[in-house]
Amino acid sequence: MPGLSNHSITKKLTRMNMLVSGAALCIACVAFVAYDLVSFRQAMVYNLSIQAQMAGSNSVSPLLFNDPQAADNTLSALKAAPNVISAGIYTLDGRPFAGYWREGNGQGQTLPKVPAGQTEAHWFKDGQLVLVRTIVFEGKPTGTVYIRSDLREMTHRLKRYAGIAAIVLLGSLVAALLVASIFQRAVADPIVHLAEIARTVSREKNYGMRATPTGKGDEPDILIGAFNEMLGQIQERDGALQRAHDELEQRVEERTAQLAAANKELEAFSYSVSHDLRAPLRSIDGFGLALLEDYADRLDEEGKDYLQRIRAATQRMGLLIDDLLNLSRMTRAEIRKEVVNLSSLARSVAEGLQEAQPERRIDFRIEERLEAKADPRLLRVVFENLLGNAYKFTSKTSLACIEFGKTRQNGNSAYFVRDNGAGFDPVYANRLFGAFQRLHDAKEFPGTGVGLATVQRIIHRHGGQIWAEGAVEKGATFYFNL
Amino acid sequence: MDKAILLVEDNPDDEALTLRALKKNNIKNEVVIARDGAEALDYLFGTGKYAGRDTEVLPQVVLLDLKLPKVEGLEVLRRVRADKRTNLLPVVILTSSNEEQDRIDGYGLGANSYVRKPVDFSQFLEAARQLGLYWLVLNEPPPSRRS
Repeated sequence: MPGLSNHSITKKLTRMNMLVSGAALCIACVAFVAYDLVSFRQAMVYNLSIQAQMAGSNSVSPLLFNDPQAADNTLSALKAAPNVISAGIYTLDGRPFAGYWREGNGQGQTLPKVPAGQTEAHWFKDGQLVLVRTIVFEGKPTGTVYIRSDLREMTHRLKRYAGIAAIVLLGSLVAALLVASIFQRAVADPIVHLAEIARTVSREKNYGMRATPTGKGDEPDILIGAFNEMLGQIQERDGALQRAHDELEQRVEERTAQLAAANKELEAFSYSVSHDLRAPLRSIDGFGLALLEDYADRLDEEGKDYLQRIRAATQRMGLLIDDLLNLSRMTRAEIRKEVVNLSSLARSVAEGLQEAQPERRIDFRIEERLEAKADPRLLRVVFENLLGNAYKFTSKTSLACIEFGKTRQNGNSAYFVRDNGAGFDPVYANRLFGAFQRLHDAKEFPGTGVGLATVQRIIHRHGGQIWAEGAVEKGATFYFNL
Repeated sequence: MDKAILLVEDNPDDEALTLRALKKNNIKNEVVIARDGAEALDYLFGTGKYAGRDTEVLPQVVLLDLKLPKVEGLEVLRRVRADKRTNLLPVVILTSSNEEQDRIDGYGLGANSYVRKPVDFSQFLEAARQLGLYWLVLNEPPPSRRS
């Protein structure tokens, strides 16, 4: 019900106005009436007291001369006061002496007894005021006068008051309603307008909207100003964010295109290397062998040795090219991660190594149930290289032992491949992972020096680190995490 | 008379070495040499330089290099497989490339074998021996369309 809630503040303001002015008026009326009632009652008591005194004074001689007739006459003068219902004179011993009853109002009724020992008293009872007064003559009590009056006048007065109060209340409320409607325009309208704008902005997410200021500089106006300023800031920030986003997107697109182009170039280069660089090597090796086969009788041992060296170098070059291509392939390969059982992967690679050289006795110690999220194809290359290296560099160790497991290093968990083989000089540890970097004699331990570079690239592509510890003839340990 | 071998090879060194390898393995079949893809297609379909050749006589096996002038090896393979005269012809890809994509494409287009030319010529001799043994001796060629 948006229509209703729209004007809830107006309604609230009007209701508040009515309540406040109504309450104030009611309290004022009640106070006035109460005050008037009290003073009117006091006046009534005073008047009645004077009447009683007059009746008492005039009844002194009838009392002294025991003339009730004269006292009755005196009392009948009360006819002039229409509010008096009845009156009576009592002798000193409390005997009724004379009486007066308003016409047609309980004629012949016995007078009520005066409470013993009372000289002057009055009380309101059953809508009537009763007043009792001792008649004193020459300092001595002579009798008692008693007057009973109704409150008719006071009731009339009260009714009149209530009527006036009702009229005043009604008039004031109407006036308050008018004032409220004027206030509504000044106070509620700008707030209602602001609420409407705020609702639209939050619904349509249109920060270009603005509330109209009242221009009066009052609180609603300040509120509207602040609200507009906030909208402006949001709009500005939105714009900046959008611009930054667009710029970033464009930059990402450009970079992606550059990267794709570079990748494509690299692929073309690799392809070319793979195909064209190997062809001349094949020729050198092939014709070298042809010479050895067809012209062996015309070559001495030295000539044959040279040719063998040419062929060996050529084949080595072929291996280098293959390894380099592998390295480049590892850089380009897409990584598809899944949960890999490293323990069984290591075991399978170890078994492959063992099969290639069944005469060697190696103590493989592979920790069970090691798992990681990684690309299984690339991780196999890691194990082939690390375990293959360990296998190679323990070839001259009598009790070769190769371990794979998990440990903690510098507070981080890391996998490790450890051997007790030839090891390396830690001074050159940082050169281990460079392509074509070798720390050993090729004759002693053959290799191209690309394996660890390939391993490092794979580990890096998994977001991991690889490092090594070792000493000459004390074995080597390669640590990595993924 | 043994059927010919079609060797598609642009590198004269490789050509000489392949011929030597075949000879060393006592493979006496005639070797027809095409120096680019277009020439290979001419030979197979009796066009161009080979216009008028009896295309019913197909080689026993085609040794196909991938990187070739004019028409590339894979394109030659695609056209051979697309033509009903040659779609059953045994084709062995013989190349330097070890790129995964080349192998996928080669087999995808219907190559019968994929052999990488090793740098070590001794290994190549072994490969040629096995190729000859398999494709020229053991393998039963597809039935001729004439019979």
